[in-house]
Amino acid sequence: MSTDGVPGLVALVLVSLATLAIGTYGLRVSRTTSDFFVASRTVRPGLNASAIGGEYLSAASFLGVAALVLTAGAQMLWYPIGWTAGYLVLLVLVAAPLRRSGAYTLPDFAEARLRSRRVRALCSVLVVAIGWLYLLPQFQGAGLTLSAAVDAPEWVGALVVGVVVVVNVGSGGMRSVTFVQAFQYWLKLTALLVPALVLLVIWSGDGRPGTGGGDGWSMPLGAGNQGLYTTYSIVLATFLGTMGLPHVVVRFYTNPDGRAARRTTLTVLALLGIFYLLPPVYAALGRAYGADADDTVVLELPRLMLGGLGGDLLTGLVTAGAFAAFLSTSSGLAIAVSGVLAQDVLGGRYSGITAFRVGATVAVGVPLAAAVLAPDLSVARAVGLAFAVAASTFCPLLVLGIWWRGLTAAGAVAGLLAGGLGSSAGVVWTLYDGDPESWGDVLLGQPAAWSVPLAFGAMVCVSLLTRATVPGHARRFMVRLHTPEVVPLDRG
Amino acid sequence: MSDPRPTRVRVTGPPRRTHAPRARTGDIDEQTELGEVYLRSLLREQLGLAVRILAVLAVTVGSLPLLFHLVPDLALIGLLGLPLAWLLLGLLVYPWLFLLGLRFVRRAEGNEHDFALLLQVLEDDE
Repeated sequence: MSTDGVPGLVALVLVSLATLAIGTYGLRVSRTTSDFFVASRTVRPGLNASAIGGEYLSAASFLGVAALVLTAGAQMLWYPIGWTAGYLVLLVLVAAPLRRSGAYTLPDFAEARLRSRRVRALCSVLVVAIGWLYLLPQFQGAGLTLSAAVDAPEWVGALVVGVVVVVNVGSGGMRSVTFVQAFQYWLKLTALLVPALVLLVIWSGDGRPGTGGGDGWSMPLGAGNQGLYTTYSIVLATFLGTMGLPHVVVRFYTNPDGRAARRTTLTVLALLGIFYLLPPVYAALGRAYGADADDTVVLELPRLMLGGLGGDLLTGLVTAGAFAAFLSTSSGLAIAVSGVLAQDVLGGRYSGITAFRVGATVAVGVPLAAAVLAPDLSVARAVGLAFAVAASTFCPLLVLGIWWRGLTAAGAVAGLLAGGLGSSAGVVWTLYDGDPESWGDVLLGQPAAWSVPLAFGAMVCVSLLTRATVPGHARRFMVRLHTPEVVPLDRG
Repeated sequence: MSDPRPTRVRVTGPPRRTHAPRARTGDIDEQTELGEVYLRSLLREQLGLAVRILAVLAVTVGSLPLLFHLVPDLALIGLLGLPLAWLLLGLLVYPWLFLLGLRFVRRAEGNEHDFALLLQVLEDDE
């Protein structure tokens, strides 16, 4: 190992130690099962919003956006826009009612709303599937980053992240993870902002080399009708998929009330908006200085533009930010998946906190093994698929469940199956795709534009056909979802 | 004209409220038709607000791909030293999303305040 690896190694050790230290502090204040699952619902909006930002900004945001924009240009700006606008859609349609529903997890919400064990079981399967789909690329990205930073084999990075996450989640649960993730948002922002400012000063001093136009780099969508379709499908998947990601939803239950849930979400919009200004700066500088167009452009740019100690320090800082990204997103996903596993699979065999710890081990172990055994699965595709599946399943369930009394259990099952099978079949097909130019591949590669309407349609039609089975408590449940907490009402 | 003034007597009606008015929350709890009207008005206000915000989002941000598809040259117009596409999609869209969210939060809290006033659980403070 050359000395080039030293800053990265130091950064990795410091971030892991800080994460474990803050997690241990959380352990001292975590006592009850409610602490473990939802931090006893006492997290203030400012802290909670930092934690949501920390959890949400994954490797795809920290490393991926800059690399995508460097490679494919302005059309990739739709990903960060969609990941932010997804919170606006979530804010206006589900934030406060979801908190007021009083459920721990998405399957809890489905069961409380529809009084059906069948819908609950289906939601549990979907939470675990989407969670694992999203965890896999986090572990793979950690492997890639570590091999780029310190020249280690790829399984080492995945294993380090996996172990830190299991220890942290298993020891302190939601309350300790809230502190860890709030810390990691600010770490990630600093790790991207400070080097960006330094590099911009250098760029200015170098006579502001241009990025060079041409070859469609500044075009905000791909060519032709296929480009238009692909852009709109990405927009739909990201705008609507955010609300259905299990690690996003579980955070809303930690707010004290519906009003706090809204204010938290608004703060998240601001935090994400500030963060996403930065990756395109790295992409543009990378293009101006001729960086290699691969996933690690953010990590390599400081040394490319600045030699000596300065370059080493900045490299250490961005590596620390990248590891914070893997750790926080993996922790959030592990919490969500462990919560579902603990309640729905292990609940019968173990007591509350033990079930949560066993759940955390399984939740991390499976995708970790997959990442180590099958390192060639496409990273970017898995994240995109997670959004498409979430938009095609949980989005219609939440929106219709919250705003339409007529939703029935049979309708929910039909919609979840239609959307889930449609969107995942699309992506399984693309993994084996042949001719990427054909319309069939374009439609299947970005399924959201047809699978989301399909899921909504199936849910509404089957609900109307089974109108007689509308749950009797639907009206009372609407009272609970929509009335402010200051009004003393019977909420069922 | 110097009659002693009659002693002042305070004249009052019967006490206006011998008991608190029946809380309107009872109409919702007992699922009366009136309660249904209260609940529907809240739901309609909140859903209408959400739909209006989403419509503004669709028109302002959602129409951009179509616009750039139809008029590709628009993307390259220089403004403030940046091509228009970069300026809109890399910079201006984020404060705009926040402003839409801020507007929604204010209006949604206002709707809930009105609902609490309607049910007479809050005193009007305006």
